[in-house]
Order: sequence, then structure tokens, then C-alpha cells
Amino acid sequence: MTTKLFFAGSGGQGILTMGQMVAYGAMAEEKPVTFLPSYGPEMRGGTSNCTVVVSDDKPVSCPVIYEADAVVVMNLPSLLKFESMVKPGGKLFVNSSIIDQKPTRDDIEVISVPTIELAEKCGTTRAANIVMWGALVRSTGVISYDSAQHVMEKVFSGSKARFLPMDKLAFDAFEI
Amino acid sequence: MAEKVLMKGNEAFAEAAIRGGARFYFGYPITPQSEIPEYMARELKKRGGAFLQAESELGAINMTYGCASAGGNVFISSSSPGIALMQEGMSFLCSAEVPCTILNVSRGGPGVGGIQPGQADYFQMTRGGGNGDYRIPTYAPANIQEAVDIIYDAPFLADEIRNPVAILADGMMGQMMEPVALPEPKKQIMPEDVAAYKPWALTGYNAKPDGKRVVVKSLRLQPEMLEQHVEMLFEKYHRLEKELVRHESVDLEGAEIVFVAFGTMSRLCTEAMEILAEKGVKAGLIRPITIWPFPYGAFDEIDYGATKAVISTELSMGQMMEDVKIGVSGRLPVELIHRTGGMIPTSIEVAEKAMKILEARK
Repeated sequence: MTTKLFFAGSGGQGILTMGQMVAYGAMAEEKPVTFLPSYGPEMRGGTSNCTVVVSDDKPVSCPVIYEADAVVVMNLPSLLKFESMVKPGGKLFVNSSIIDQKPTRDDIEVISVPTIELAEKCGTTRAANIVMWGALVRSTGVISYDSAQHVMEKVFSGSKARFLPMDKLAFDAFEI
Repeated sequence: MAEKVLMKGNEAFAEAAIRGGARFYFGYPITPQSEIPEYMARELKKRGGAFLQAESELGAINMTYGCASAGGNVFISSSSPGIALMQEGMSFLCSAEVPCTILNVSRGGPGVGGIQPGQADYFQMTRGGGNGDYRIPTYAPANIQEAVDIIYDAPFLADEIRNPVAILADGMMGQMMEPVALPEPKKQIMPEDVAAYKPWALTGYNAKPDGKRVVVKSLRLQPEMLEQHVEMLFEKYHRLEKELVRHESVDLEGAEIVFVAFGTMSRLCTEAMEILAEKGVKAGLIRPITIWPFPYGAFDEIDYGATKAVISTELSMGQMMEDVKIGVSGRLPVELIHRTGGMIPTSIEVAEKAMKILEARK
């Protein structure tokens, strides 16, 4: 069984970080995983997206996907472009803090996450992507809760250690 | 087995080259492989080597020629148009029998082209753009671990065969991340041991154990001597054709469709095979791991009683297809599924095109 995830938004929203953190967690669980970022002449404010494929057993054959079990969209252009990528019955995570349009499909589960408002309650709006990441991880179970905690401890260490308590709050902030 | 780490392809390639014994890097930044010179600039000095940013890829390959002639173990990398600039130097290196490792993290062409992944350097890597009769063994790994293992072995292989060894990855492999187990560093050849280990190298008259003078050159004005030299090179190349050729065959028995694909495309084909299996169509795969020497012998493994279509599946306009036709030798017509210019098909697109080809055959 494979789980295919797709993350999209604008540069600076922590899109690649979200994808990489799933990959770190999957690796810690000894699951085969691929992380494929879009690359190009990109910059803060430009488009950014990445694909993560996690396998339960055999090596990941294909890092490129045509449909995803779950799609995370962090801004409106990403919703318009990638809503179609969710497979029927799959999950679409929408950053409702800045996306005011509703998805149009009725064959998927839409999860609206007010990332900025919830992150603010945790102490910093900069943890908005971790609010979304927490919602995704807890809702899909792509990696375990414990693995996610472990990943955050690794990623937010050294000079970033002071953000860890806020990020741990942010991880649990959205009620699923 | 070493603990796995999650690494970006380019950084894993660079680390594998260092652990495999490479100590010198000359290069010029180019997307999608600029993380490699960045990594080398940071690491090589700490590991007893040297990094130099060349003024261009032309400079880089000729610095390689010089450094490797003096016995230095050189690993260089670039992407498609940068590799094109290095072709003259590659011909010189082959002629002078000077080893080095060359990695091409390829992108769409021709010309400056684009920066997204491509496989349209197949001719460039397997036929070469330099002048004269020469060959460069070229590996085409399909995932980061396989690339790491190949790059790790390349510096010593190049020394052993006294010829450049090349690796063709693509932008997707360079940019993506996968868990990878890095092999233990190989024992390094120390500068004082180079003269004994590489008696042909320009280590200085006084350093020669046997006191013989050596010359590294590619100029041979007497045609008799040049012919003799090229014949000698080709004795080596013919031996390498047998010794180095590598491929992987998957599910060929009873397969109605046989995909032929290397690198990134072989991974798309693997998923396309699963999609076809769900539709009740059995498909197999021949994956060349060396593209020169090309695994022509693999095509004798095809179940010609069952197979209706052999499909060369590429991120180019059918460059590898010519080798596939040689391998199939007229036993079946060879078809092509391709995208180019940096476009990558989805596995479902490959499966659908393969179904159309199969239906047309029935």
C-alpha cells in the first residue's frame, strides 16, 4: 500500500518543509519514501509544491503522481489548480485563513483549517504550516503521532529549539 | 548496513564520490545540479582534497585533464549544455587514457533548453560529442541508492580501466530526496603513493620507482602509430563491453508488452505495469543500467511467443530506441512512448499509450 501526498502553496509558506517532515517521519518508521519538490526559477511568493509517496512495504516505484490520497493547498491558486488531483474519496486540506473560495467537488472530504488564527493562539503565525501539517498527519495517519513528535524535535533543534514548544502546540491545534 | 539518511540526490551523489575516493572537483554551477559544487566547495577541503570553481565547463574539463594526468582522483559534474562544453576534453581524456568520473544531471534540450528533467542526452553520453574513436562507460541509475552505489565505485573503476566513467542521472533524481545508506569511505591513495599506484601519471621524474620517464598525450602524428593506439583502446573497450554491461529484467515471461526504460522513466514504467496488471495485461520491463555498453543481450530474454509490443519509453524523441532496435533485431517492431523538453508523463499516461499500441497490434 502506498500513500500519495501533494502539498502546494506559495514560496515561504513552508510547503517543502511539510513534505520533508513527512518523509523524515516515514524514514524513521523504516518505510520506503520519496520526496519530490518542484524546482525552477522560484522565490518567496512564487509557486511551490512537492510530492511525497510513502510505501508500507516495497520500494516506491514512482515518485511522480497523477492523483493523491491527500492534497494540501495553502493558497487560492493552488486550490484552483490542484483540487482535481485529489482521488475520489480522498482528502483536501484547505488553508481557510486565506482561501475564501469553497472547493467545488462533492466526491472528496474537504478539511478547512484556519491555520493562521490557530497558529496565533499557539504564539506565532509562523507555525501556520505546522498547524496544517498536524491536521494532515493526525487525519491521515501517514506517520504515527509519536513519529511526528520525533520529527519536530529533530527539525526544531539547535537555533530553532525555542520554537519547539509553540510548534508542538500548533501540531495539535486543529480539532479533527 | 549503515543507518539510512534522507538526502537530496545531488548531495548524496557528491558524498558518494568523496567516499569512493574522489578528492578533486572542478566545476561551474548549472541547474539542476548546483548543489553538487556547493557541497564539494564545503566538504572537499575538509577531506584532504580541493574544490575549484572554473571559469566555464571548458575550463573544468581541462583542469580535470591536468589534475588527473598528475594522478589526482577527479570527480566532476554538470548538466546537459555544460556536459556538451566538456566533450572535447572527454575525447582527449580517452585518447590519453586518463581516468576521471563525470556525472551528468541532465535537463531538457537542445541548446540551453530548460531546467526540468530530460533524457535527451542519451546520444551525447553513449555516442559522445568529442572527435575520434572513443567510448565512455555510462551508467544510468534509477534511484538515489543505486546512483550512490555506482558513483561510489566509479573513481576506482576509472583508475582501473584508465578511462573516464560517466553517470547519467536527471534533474528529478538530483532534486528529489530518498532514504539512502552511505557506504564506508574507501581507503584513500595518499599523494606519496600515487607514483606507485599510477605509474603512468606525471608525478615527477624523481618520484618514479622504475626511473622511467612518462608522457601523457593525445597527439600521434604518424597514422601507423595512431591506428595502433586506437586499436589498443578498442581492445579495452571490447573487453569492457563484456565486463561492465548491466541490466535488470522484470516479468518478461508471458509479457504482452515489454517496456524498455532507464533511470526516472523506468520507475514510471514500473507503476504503469501495475496499472496494466489491474486491467489484465501482463507487462514486463528491460532496464539498462549501463547505456554504454548497452545490454543488447537482454533482448534475447524476451518471450517472443507472448510479447506483442516492445516499447522504448523515454524522456527524449527516441534516442535509445535505436539501440532497442539493434537489440530486438527485427524480431518485433519497436514502438516509442515519450515526452521531452522537461515534461514527464504520469504512469497512467504511459499505461494508456501502451494499451493503444497493444490494441493496434491485436
